[in-house]
Amino acid sequence: MVNIKEVIETNKMVEEQTLDVRTITIGISLLECIDSDLDQLNKKVYKRITTVAKDLDKVAKEIERDYGIPIVNRRISVTPIALIGGSACKTPEDFVTLAHTMDAAAEAVGANLIGGYSALVSKGMTTADELLIKSIPQALSSTNRVCSSVNLASTKTGINMDAVKLMGEILLEVAEVSKDRDSVDCMKLVVFCNAPDDNPFMAGAFHGVTEADAIINVGVSGPGVVKKALEQVRGENFEVLCETIKKTAFKVTRVGQLVAQEASKRLGIPFGIIDLSLAPTPAIGDSVADILCEIGLEYAGAPGTTAALAMLNDQVKKGGVMASSYVGGLSGAFIPVSEDQGMINSVEAGAISLEKLEAMTCVCSVGLDMIAIPGDTPATTISGMVADEMALGMVNQKTTAARLIPVIGKGVGEKVEFGGLFGYAPIMPVNKYSCADFINRGGRIPAPIHSFKN
Amino acid sequence: MKDKVIITVVGKDTVGIIARICTYLADSKVNVLDISQTIVQDFFNMMMVVDITGANKAFGDLQRDLVKLGEEIGVEVKAQKEEIFEKMHRL
Repeated sequence: MVNIKEVIETNKMVEEQTLDVRTITIGISLLECIDSDLDQLNKKVYKRITTVAKDLDKVAKEIERDYGIPIVNRRISVTPIALIGGSACKTPEDFVTLAHTMDAAAEAVGANLIGGYSALVSKGMTTADELLIKSIPQALSSTNRVCSSVNLASTKTGINMDAVKLMGEILLEVAEVSKDRDSVDCMKLVVFCNAPDDNPFMAGAFHGVTEADAIINVGVSGPGVVKKALEQVRGENFEVLCETIKKTAFKVTRVGQLVAQEASKRLGIPFGIIDLSLAPTPAIGDSVADILCEIGLEYAGAPGTTAALAMLNDQVKKGGVMASSYVGGLSGAFIPVSEDQGMINSVEAGAISLEKLEAMTCVCSVGLDMIAIPGDTPATTISGMVADEMALGMVNQKTTAARLIPVIGKGVGEKVEFGGLFGYAPIMPVNKYSCADFINRGGRIPAPIHSFKN
Repeated sequence: MKDKVIITVVGKDTVGIIARICTYLADSKVNVLDISQTIVQDFFNMMMVVDITGANKAFGDLQRDLVKLGEEIGVEVKAQKEEIFEKMHRL
C-alpha cells in the first residue's frame, strides 16, 4: 500500500511543481473520408472527427477528477490534409474549406487545437501538396484551432529544397496576414525533418498514414518537478545528478502512462504512445532553462549548455522509457523561447543567440521553436535557417523543426505578446548576410551516405 | 476487487478533523482501511486509504462532499483514486 510520504510527494508535484499532463491527443485517420466531391468530403470529415472524438473533453475531465491531475489540453490530429483533399481540391481555396471544417469539428468536441493541416514533401511535392502549402496563410488566418505542419526533409530522402524555398515565402505570408496581431498565426505553423507520425504536441501533430483508424497519444510535462528534485542534489557529481533526473522522469512518465491507459479504456480507442518531452510553459517554475541553470549554468546559453541539455535529454528518456509501454512522438526536451520564462530571461540578458539555439537542437527535440525574428527578414534567409535545421535532423537521424515568427513591423529589441500558454518573446537578431543564391538553386539535397543501410 | 481511494487532509490541526470525516464516510458506507498522519512544516497531514466498493454515493459526489466538509473544518481535503500513487511509486 502507498504510504503518506509518497502521497504528499505526488500531490506536491501537482500543487507546487506544476506537474500536469500536457495533452491527450486523439489521432484520427481521415483516409476513409476521401471523396472527389468537396462538399461530401467536408461533411464526411466533420462527421468522422466529431464521432470519434465526441467524448474527448468529458473523459479528460473525468480523469482529471479521479486522479487529481490536471490535463491541460485536449487535442486532435488527423491524416495530412494534402492526402485527404488531393482528389477534391483543385485550388488553395478548396483546401481552406477543409481547414474550416477541421476548426468547426474541433470546436464542437471541445478540442483546444487540431493538427494535420499538413503535407509530407520530404522528397517531392504533388500538385495537392503544393496547393495545400499555398493555402496555409489563408487557412491559418481564418481559423482559430487549426495547426499546420510540413515535413520538408528526412534522413532517407534528403532535403526538398524547392519546398524549403517555398516555405520561407509562405512563412512571411502567414506573418503578413496576421500582422495586426504581431504575426501570431506563425505559431500555428511548423516545418519538420523526420516528422514523427504519432506526435501529440502542436503545432506539429498529424496522424500518420502508418497509424490505425484512431489512437490515443499522450504528452506529459514536468520541468518543475525535475527542477525541484535537482535542488536537493546541488553540488553533487554527475552520477547523482543523472540518477535523480532518471527517477524523476520515471515518476512523471508513469502519470502519463496511467492517463493514457485510462483515456484509451474510457474512449474505446487504442493507446498509441507516451511522448516523453519536457514541455515548459511561461508559468514560474515550469521552465526547461531553469533546469539547465540548476544543473550549473548562470543562464541557458552559457558555455556548457549543449552538454547539459544533451545529458538532461538522455536521462529523461532513460527514466521515461521504463515507465511506459510505448514511447514515441518527439520525446525530448523542448526549448521554445517564448513559452519558457528562463529562456526569455536568457535572451533578454544576451546570454543566448540563434546560433547557440541551433546547436542545442542537435541534442534535444525539437528545433528552433517559437523564436521571434525581425519582420523584414528576407524569405531566402528564413529558408536558409530552415535548411540548416533540416540538415541537422537529416544527418543526425533525428526529428528537427523550425517554428519561426517573423514579426511584421517590429525589429530586434522589441517584444511580441502571444498570450496565455504561449508567453512573450523578445525579437532576436538574425545573421544579416545573404543565402539567396544558395536557396534559389532549386531541386533537392540528396540523402546522406549513412542513410543507405540496406 | 476493492475500489481504493486516497483521502488526504492538509491544514492547521484542530479538534475533531478525523471524527467529522469518518462520520461522513460511515454515513456514506465507505470502509476505512488505513489512517496515517504526520506533521510537515507545521501542517497537519493525514492520509486515509478507503474502499468505496460498497459506497452509497458515486465517487464524484463523495469527492465534492469531502471538499465541502474540508472547507467547513478549515482544512484542504482531497480524494483521489489510488492508482496515481501506486503507479508513480511502485514498479
